[in-house]
Amino acid sequence: MSNSSAPAPSSRAASAGELKIRLRDVHKSFSGKVVLDGIDLDVAEGESLVVIGGSGSGKSVLIKSILGLVVPERGSIKVDGEEITHISRADRREVMKKFGMLFQGGALFDSLNVWENIAFSLIRNHRMPRKQAREVAVEKLHAVGLSADVAALYPAELSGGMQKRVALARAIAHNPAIIFFDEPTTGLDPIMADVINDLIVECTRTLGATAISITHDMASARKIATRVTMLYQGKLIWDGPAADIDHSGNPYMDQFVHGRAEGPITRELQLKAA
Amino acid sequence: MEFLSTIGRIFLLFVAAIGRVTLFTWWALISVFVPPWYGKQTVRSMVEIGYNSLPVIGLTAIFTGAVLALQSYSGFSRFSAESSIPIVVVLSITRELGPVLAGLMVAGRIGASYAAEIGTMRVTEQIDALTTLSTDPYKYLVFPRLLAGLLMLPFLVLIADIIGVFGGYLVSIHELGFNPTTYLKNTVQYLERRDVISGLVKASAFGFIVTLMGCYHGFHSRGGAQGVGSATTMAVVSASIMILLANYTLTSLFFAK
Repeated sequence: MSNSSAPAPSSRAASAGELKIRLRDVHKSFSGKVVLDGIDLDVAEGESLVVIGGSGSGKSVLIKSILGLVVPERGSIKVDGEEITHISRADRREVMKKFGMLFQGGALFDSLNVWENIAFSLIRNHRMPRKQAREVAVEKLHAVGLSADVAALYPAELSGGMQKRVALARAIAHNPAIIFFDEPTTGLDPIMADVINDLIVECTRTLGATAISITHDMASARKIATRVTMLYQGKLIWDGPAADIDHSGNPYMDQFVHGRAEGPITRELQLKAA
Repeated sequence: MEFLSTIGRIFLLFVAAIGRVTLFTWWALISVFVPPWYGKQTVRSMVEIGYNSLPVIGLTAIFTGAVLALQSYSGFSRFSAESSIPIVVVLSITRELGPVLAGLMVAGRIGASYAAEIGTMRVTEQIDALTTLSTDPYKYLVFPRLLAGLLMLPFLVLIADIIGVFGGYLVSIHELGFNPTTYLKNTVQYLERRDVISGLVKASAFGFIVTLMGCYHGFHSRGGAQGVGSATTMAVVSASIMILLANYTLTSLFFAK
């Protein structure tokens, strides 16, 4: 695999603001299969980084490593200059207050109604009175284009698009400094996908948050990214401004971005299968 | 050689499983020492285990007491020992059948339900979502259920004891022709406090086992619907086996000569 055209990702950190997240030599494998193979990545404050890559390329593991849901075997992950790979549970809870996360399937708590889902962290961790938390939840529902009428509904009563919006409202409810989006448009029709993309851009801009998204939906990546990086076989093989993805000069990136059946990724898969 | 390596592998897997369950229990128990605490979750679990299990426990107990009286009569009447039936019924129910049957019934009802609920939360990333919302899943999901099991099983067993003895009483009076006053007198005459207390202590241990197995297998379920199904089966089977093992151990401790 030729990576010669790809500059070292760490050297491509956007200069938009102060360094928010820094990964160095992060390794993770499952049952002998290497998923992250020495990842170096810098994300600056206010940046919207989109990590692209095929299914099973390790995108989810990458953001779960930053979130502490997966513990890397080695390497360093710093958030606001603080090492977070091996910290106590109490410290982890404090770090988590900086994060918001939109899960691929929404991951709404089905035993709680919509407003209780959104206000979950406010009530339990910020000790906000329920009445006030409900008001904040309704405010966040408006921010994602939903009316107060849905506040009392349960997740099972909502459509897929509405669930995604509620999950987004929950992710931004405590005004996090860093928001993660895991395949935000998967399973949605193109119109609803575009609505969610617009909401992501709007919400991150309003909050002034740093965003890291993972997707293989190029329409989504083009819309929400200021910077794009591609993960392939456990390594970041290309990193650059979102405007450059159509002329990256990297054959792997080109094949992925243009969704071609022919190219180096397919050839390597065929070689492996043989 | 192959045979020995298989035994060794099974032994290592067994030891590893014990280690994982021990660590899981440890994480759940130490989580209680740091705020916040989730009282509402605990009360909800107590209602679920205690109040909602009453019908199934009541039915199990009344029929067990009734059958016990009938079976004892058919055996004891062969050597004219019918007068021992009340004490046989009350001792069997309070010492053994009450706690063991209640434990097994709750394993089927609550252990399976917890494994399915927590397992579904695991495979739909709701447990990860809890973590990202600065909430310790051990503290929010596991500890309240463990505490509820520990506290509510004795309550259920106490009621099962009363209903079970009543079942034996009904059959003895209406089917076997016992005198009600004599039956009740014989029931309480030989009953000791430790008979009841030992059953309640067993119940507490069984409640802990059932909720622990439900939470543990749910927490570690993988895959999708199939993974949740396996977790549910494992929760009920492992809890039932552990209840029977713990029952023998506790009986040895309480009543060994």
